[in-house]
Amino acid sequence: MKQTELSIAITGAGGAGVISVGELLLQAWAREGGRGLLRKAFGPQIRGGESAALLKLTESERYTAASAYQVLLAFDWNNYTRFGDEIKLAPGVIVFCEDAGDVPESVLAAEPTLVRLPMKQLAEAAHDDGRVNMLALGLLGQLMGLGEGSLVELALQKLAHKPAAYQEAAEACIAAGCAQQLDCSVQVPAPGVPGGWYISGNQAAGLGALEAGIRFVAAYPITPASDVLEWMAGGLEQLGGNLVQAEDELAAINMTIGAAFGGVPSFTATSGPGLALMTESIGLAVASETPITVLNVMRGGPSTGIPTKSEQSDLNIALHGLHGDAPHLVLAPLDIADCVYTSAWAVQLAQHLQTAAIVLSDQFIGQSTAVITEPVRCAPLAPPVSCEGGDNDYLRYRLTDSGVSTMAVPGDPGLRFTADGLEHNEQGTPSARDDDHQQQLAKRARKLNAHDYGDDWARIDGEGSLGLVCFGSASAAVAEAAELLAEQGVACRTVSLRLLAPLQHGSLTAALADCERVLVVEQNHGGQLYRYLRGQMDFTQPLHSYARPGPVPLSGAAIVAALAEVSPA
Amino acid sequence: MNEPIKLKAKDYKSSVKPIWCPGCGHFSVLNALTKAFAGLGIDKDDTVLVSGIGCSSRLPAYVDSYGFHGVHGRGLAIAQGLKVARPDLTVIAMGGDGDGFSIGGNHFLHACRRNVNMTYIAMDNEVYGMTKGQASPTTPADWDHSKLTPHGPGVRPFKPAALALASGAPWIARGYSGNPNQMARLIAAAIEHPGFSFVHVLSQCITFCPEQTDWKAVVHEREEEALVDADEAAQLFLHEDGFQTGVLYNAQRATWPPSVPEPQSTDITRGFSV
Repeated sequence: MKQTELSIAITGAGGAGVISVGELLLQAWAREGGRGLLRKAFGPQIRGGESAALLKLTESERYTAASAYQVLLAFDWNNYTRFGDEIKLAPGVIVFCEDAGDVPESVLAAEPTLVRLPMKQLAEAAHDDGRVNMLALGLLGQLMGLGEGSLVELALQKLAHKPAAYQEAAEACIAAGCAQQLDCSVQVPAPGVPGGWYISGNQAAGLGALEAGIRFVAAYPITPASDVLEWMAGGLEQLGGNLVQAEDELAAINMTIGAAFGGVPSFTATSGPGLALMTESIGLAVASETPITVLNVMRGGPSTGIPTKSEQSDLNIALHGLHGDAPHLVLAPLDIADCVYTSAWAVQLAQHLQTAAIVLSDQFIGQSTAVITEPVRCAPLAPPVSCEGGDNDYLRYRLTDSGVSTMAVPGDPGLRFTADGLEHNEQGTPSARDDDHQQQLAKRARKLNAHDYGDDWARIDGEGSLGLVCFGSASAAVAEAAELLAEQGVACRTVSLRLLAPLQHGSLTAALADCERVLVVEQNHGGQLYRYLRGQMDFTQPLHSYARPGPVPLSGAAIVAALAEVSPA
Repeated sequence: MNEPIKLKAKDYKSSVKPIWCPGCGHFSVLNALTKAFAGLGIDKDDTVLVSGIGCSSRLPAYVDSYGFHGVHGRGLAIAQGLKVARPDLTVIAMGGDGDGFSIGGNHFLHACRRNVNMTYIAMDNEVYGMTKGQASPTTPADWDHSKLTPHGPGVRPFKPAALALASGAPWIARGYSGNPNQMARLIAAAIEHPGFSFVHVLSQCITFCPEQTDWKAVVHEREEEALVDADEAAQLFLHEDGFQTGVLYNAQRATWPPSVPEPQSTDITRGFSV
C-alpha cells in the first residue's frame, strides 16, 4: 500500500535559522508520534551561503532523501536558486515566499500554489526582534497541524541560553505564523507510536562506539565528521574518557593507536582527505595488531571535492589504501539507526580481532537527523582470553589456530614486549626472516578470515530473480527501488552489505543464488563496489553497475530508470 | 606488597642485540636510560618506551619494559595518546633528529605546547643514519658528505631547544653521548619533572659524521641553575653554541589534560529521547 509522504524544503542564507526551523518542526512532529528525516544541505560558505532544511515526513522509518518537494518555504529567492536542481519541486507545490519580488521561472514551471506573505514585515510586527525563521516555524507548523504550544516549548528550549528578548520574539513570531490565515492544506502521513529517538547518524555512530566501550578519541576537525567528535566530547566526559583534538590526522591516528596499545578502546573519526593521511598508520595498527576503529564520514571527492555533500567514493581507499598486505575490517552502516549497531560492531570486532576497522558512513546519513525507534544494540562479543606466559617467554604474536593471540597491556606484570610495525617474530622482536614474515602475514589474514561474522554481514530482503546489491547508506534507496519494481511486477532480492572486508563470498553467492541478474548500486562515479565484487567473486549471472556520484542523493526512481537502461527486463 | 628488589642498570636491558654501529652514541643513551631507571627504581611493567623510525628509534626493543616502535615521525603522537589514556604509566618517547624535527616536526611543536606529563629524548646526530647518511634538519648548512646534497644542504639548521621553548616546553635539558653519567642524571630529572620534559642529546654518529668525535672538545657543562625565565632562555637558545649541557630551562606549567568536574549523569542516550 502506498504510504503518505510529505516533503518540505526550507531555504535561506546560512545563519538565517533555516536549519533550526527544520529541527524544531521535526521534533514537534516526533512528539506527535510522527516519523521523518531532516536532511541538511549547505553551500561551501561558512556563513551567508545557501542553506536548506529538507524535511521528509513519512509513515515508515525507511529514510531516503525526498525526490521532489510538495512544500517550499523560501526566505529569499537568491539562496534558493543557488541549489540549482538539487531541490526539485513537485507539481502543484505550495510555495511560501515574500510578497515582493519575482518568483523564479523554475518555480513557476511547477505550477505552484503561491502563498505570498510579507514575512519579514509580519515577523517585525509581531516583535521588535522578530525573525522570519520563527514566523516560518509557525506557518509550517500550522500547515502540518502541529500545536503552537509544542512549537513554542521546543523553541524556548533551544533558545534557553539566549537573552529574554530573543525568547519573547520567538514566541510572538511563532504565534503570528500559527495565526496566519492559510488557504491551502496538505495531507500529512499518519502518525505512529509517540516516543523513540531524535538522532543524527553522526551522533548514532558516536553512541555506538561509546556503548561498545570506546573511552579514548583523538581526531582532527573535518567536514562532515566534526559533529561526531563534538557529540563524543560530551559523552566521553560523562563516561570518564578522553578526547584529544590533535594537531593533524597523522597525530590523531597515532594517538588513537597509542591509547589502544594501553588497553583503552580507541576511536577516531574523519573524512576522505583525513583518511588518506591516516592510511600509513592504519597499516601500523594492522601490523602491530593494535585494535582501533576509524569512522570515515564520506563526502564528495577526490581531493577537497565537495566537503558538504554526500558520496560513497571512499570504498577504494578503505579497502585498498594500505601499503603491503594489510588485512583489516571495512564496514558500512546502512542507515541512521544502523550507525549505532554497525559502529558498535566495528569496535567489538576490532577489539576482538586486534586489528583496524574502517567504518564508512557518509554525509547523508551522518548529518541527517531522523526520528527512529530506539535502535537495536549489538550483542557483546566474548571477552578476550587472559594472557599466558611470564618473564621473557610471553609471545605477544604467538601463532595460533584462530590467528588471534593474547594482548598484554602495559602494567600487566611480567608480559613486557615491544609492539612493532617492523615485521617481527612471535615475541615481537624485529625480524626480516622469510619464515617470520610468511607466518605473521598468514596469522593476520587468518584471524579475519576464520572469524564467524554471523548474519550481520548484510541486510537481506525479498525474493526474486533480480538482485540489487549495495553497501551502506544506498540501502534505503535500494529498498525504495525494490518497492517500485514490485509495483511493476518485478520481484527483487536486495542485499545491503554491512561488512565489506573481509567479503563474505560464500554468503553473498548464496544470497544471490536465485537471481538471474544483479545490479550493483552505489553513489560514486567509478563503480567501486561493482569492480570490487567483480574482482573478488565469480558470478554465474550477469552483473550490472549503477554508479551515480553525489551530490544528488540516490533514489529508488533513478535506480529503476537505470535498470531499464543497463538490463532491460 | 613485597619489598621491591633493587634492580641494576643492566637488569633493565632486554636480550635483543642492538643493530647500531660500534661507537654509536646511542649505546651511551641506552646505558644512561637504564642507569636512570635503576636510580629511580622504575617499575619495568609500568614503563613504556615509544619511538618512531630511525637508528635511535630502535632503542625501545633493547630495554626490558613495554615498548612501541611505530612509524616514522609519529612516536610523540603515540606516546601522548598512551599517556592521556593511561596516566598511571611512565611514558618516554624517543627518536632521532630527522624523526622528531623533520617528518615529525609538527608533533614536536604540539607536544611541547600540549604539555602532557611525559619525557621526550631526541638523539640528535645531525644525520639520517638508517638511510645511510643524508642531511637532517640539524645538519650544518655546509656539510657536504651526502650525495643527495653534494654541496651541503645549504639550509640553516634548526635549534631544537629554541623550538621547544617557543612551542611552550616547560623543561629543557641537553646531554652528550660522551658523558653518560650526566645524561643519566638528566633523564632521571626529566622523568621526575611533572610535565613535558625534553632531553636533547648530542649523540654522535661515528659512521657518517666522524667529525663529531670533535664534540668532546667543545661540549661544556652548564654551571648555573636552570633558567626559569622564558625571555632569558630565549636569549640563551638563540645565541648559544648548542654545546652547553645540563638542565637549561625549568618552568612549571599546568599539564594536559586538565581535570574536569564530575559528570552529573552517565546516561549518554538521554538527549535523544523524543
